[in-house]
Amino acid sequence: MPDLGRYAAEVLAAYAASLALLGAITWSSVSRWRRLRAEMERAERGRDG
Amino acid sequence: MSIWDYANPKRFIATTTPALPWLFALAGGCLAVGLVWGFFLTPEAERFGSSVKIIYLHVPSAMMAINAWAMMLVASLIWLVRRHHVSALAARAAAPVGLTMTLIAIVTGAIWGQPMWGTWWAWDPRLTSFLILGLFYLGYIALWEAIADPDAAADLTSILCLVGSVFALLSRYAVNFWNQGLHQGASLSLDAEENVSDVYWLPLVVCIAGFALLFLALVLMRTGTEIRARRLRALTLRSQRLEA
Repeated sequence: MPDLGRYAAEVLAAYAASLALLGAITWSSVSRWRRLRAEMERAERGRDG
Repeated sequence: MSIWDYANPKRFIATTTPALPWLFALAGGCLAVGLVWGFFLTPEAERFGSSVKIIYLHVPSAMMAINAWAMMLVASLIWLVRRHHVSALAARAAAPVGLTMTLIAIVTGAIWGQPMWGTWWAWDPRLTSFLILGLFYLGYIALWEAIADPDAAADLTSILCLVGSVFALLSRYAVNFWNQGLHQGASLSLDAEENVSDVYWLPLVVCIAGFALLFLALVLMRTGTEIRARRLRALTLRSQRLEA
């Protein structure tokens, strides 16, 4: 861990907030993509069967 | 093969889905290298101390917030002119990602501004135009959700996107238009005297590549999701009509 001096709290808070926001948008995008793909496959199976 | 072939939703999904893992891996790799490089291996700046390390998040996210709106503008124009559904859905898919980038830019800017300027927020031209851009993102997302007919929603959101482009442009050039306020000029410039020094520039470019690749991967994935959601609605409506 580098010595961040007097701005340690600001730097760490900026990284934590940014990574949390990037993680949230990625997680929500991936989970909705998976859910819709599964629903679509079910719907098409139902239509064909 | 023409770019317009990708306006076919099935072809769009078939082409982009295999690329997604590679894009996410590349984005993750660039972000990991750029952020670790910037955080652990760059020195403190003479004026800003270690707070300079916030640049690796603030600059790429601000750039992507503006570029996301530019991408939405192009997609909206394609919808308005050529009526390709995939382009309208791509614009819709990009909005939450652009909003996230705007939030990151505003939050990291406020965290940096507190110790440097002595305030979390100032009604400075660039900060204010960025806040308005964020509100336009919120309005754009809300308008898509508020209108049931997808084609009408695509029309109205495209017009909103055209109007919001003024603020996206202002966000980028506010510092040049109004030579006042707290926010400094561009960190990246072709002018060697204005540009940040190489020790910060190299990891910053890697971070920008990481943010851009992540944006691309997320937008392609979310566009595929929107295409599926639209198809699913059509299938549900058709089966309801058959039952009735």
